[in-house]
Amino acid sequence: MSDPKNHENHKNPFVAWVNGETFRKEEEKKAAEKKKKVKKEVDISVHHDRFHKIYKPVCVVLCCAFIALLIFVCIKTPPFGITDAPTNNEVAQKYIEEGLEDTGATNIVAGMILDYRAFDTLGESSVLFTAVMAVIILLKKDEDRKKEMTEKQKQIEARQQKEEELNDRHRDVILKKTSGIIAPFILMFGIYVVLNGHISPGGGFSGGAIIGAGLILISQAFGSKQTKKFFNFKVFTIITSGALLSYAALKTYSFYTGSHHMETGVPHGIPGAILSSGFILPLNIFVGLIVACTMFGFYSLFSKGEI
Amino acid sequence: MDFFLNHFYEIASMILFGVGFMGLLLHNNLIKKAVGLNIMDTAIYLFLAQRGFITGRVAPIMGSNLEASVEEYVNPIPAGLVLTGIVVSVSVTAFFLALIQMLHKKYHTLNLDEILLKAKQEKEKKKALEESEDA
Amino acid sequence: MVDGQMILVWILLGFLVTCAIAATVAKNLLVTVLILMSYSVVMSIIWVVLESPDLAGTEAAVGAGVTSILFFIVLKKVGALDTSKKKKQKDKSEESKDNE
Repeated sequence: MSDPKNHENHKNPFVAWVNGETFRKEEEKKAAEKKKKVKKEVDISVHHDRFHKIYKPVCVVLCCAFIALLIFVCIKTPPFGITDAPTNNEVAQKYIEEGLEDTGATNIVAGMILDYRAFDTLGESSVLFTAVMAVIILLKKDEDRKKEMTEKQKQIEARQQKEEELNDRHRDVILKKTSGIIAPFILMFGIYVVLNGHISPGGGFSGGAIIGAGLILISQAFGSKQTKKFFNFKVFTIITSGALLSYAALKTYSFYTGSHHMETGVPHGIPGAILSSGFILPLNIFVGLIVACTMFGFYSLFSKGEI
Repeated sequence: MDFFLNHFYEIASMILFGVGFMGLLLHNNLIKKAVGLNIMDTAIYLFLAQRGFITGRVAPIMGSNLEASVEEYVNPIPAGLVLTGIVVSVSVTAFFLALIQMLHKKYHTLNLDEILLKAKQEKEKKKALEESEDA
Repeated sequence: MVDGQMILVWILLGFLVTCAIAATVAKNLLVTVLILMSYSVVMSIIWVVLESPDLAGTEAAVGAGVTSILFFIVLKKVGALDTSKKKKQKDKSEESKDNE
């Protein structure tokens, strides 16, 4: 107490700290130096050659030039919304004028993609099928993959499973109650959109996506055990491949008849009724099944690694 | 000004394409790359769909009036093309995300540079091991 | 020449461009995916303006619904949703153990 030097030493840092001068600054400097060191190490390891240095500026310049070129080309295109643009040619005219007579669908887009251009849609359904196959190859947990895993990975997996079981037991009450009320309506709306694809906006793609989203909601709210009761891997395989094969069987008749003609032998019925427009209704249902299964398959493969 | 009034959809879709392209090229994060790819997709769809629009006409769905004339409806072809495109883009995104998940499982990072570096190191380690075995 | 619908479209297109830039610039991955979701919803409004309701339904169900859910699941699996420090340290320690 009596030693003034000691007293000063004791007091100075405190005063300096209160005034916000030295004490803090040194610590900050040390922290900054540490950060710099860490950053430098990362920089050296990542940007190890000259390519990375010039990559970003060159990218920005090239992109800007590219976009400027694209916008410059837009000057030459016909203006927006005019009647006699070259895109509105005789093909569109034929689809609109003779679409109802040829296909029997009042929704011209549905008539187009499922009758005039049905091969296009078949190819696209195959793309979805192939994508889900690829995701199954990448993410599905089967016996072979379990053998390959190391001890550490097994432990992590077991921990994750335990957490999921806990989550299953204590599901969010609000989500559970709300989805219990909403989910049937979502599924019903999806089915409505699929079945009315040829007489109103919608069709297999949007309806199937809505059904898939409804199934995802149910699975998220009530746990995957509830959806597994009616939707397991066997059902998934049967529905997807069955729907794809039936689509192909219905639409490849023009392969066998050997021409581009549209006659199917199925009566078109009264335009505007649900049972009308020949093959478009079953084709819509098949596409809807494929899309719904694919969407739900993506979800369950991504979250659990199995369907 | 006239140019802008006639082509604003095209300009917007080109800018969106550029933004998505920049995101795809400049970001190291793989999820950001997937987002950039999605934005590029939708930009192309916007460009395609606005080509078929004609001012003052309605969607090609017949209501009570079943006698179709070309002067009533917009062009249905771009809508059909884009409809197939949207669903293909979601499958492409799903495949991309599955690959990202597998990469993260192996390398524990989303940074593409780090992944490449780790893969390179792994390769060198393997090579060294083989050489030592040969010796 | 400039009517109400055109101004609405301009606002929507401006929102689209803003969303796209924000999605690529944002640092948090969760924010990026959320912005992409809103981008899809605005896109589906533009489809309605362009007189193609089929596309609007599909975009709203697929773009805003399924794609975002897939992104969220991947973020959860990757561990980007937890931004707390403890989790990161845990990951790092696991990583180093794996490397050994």
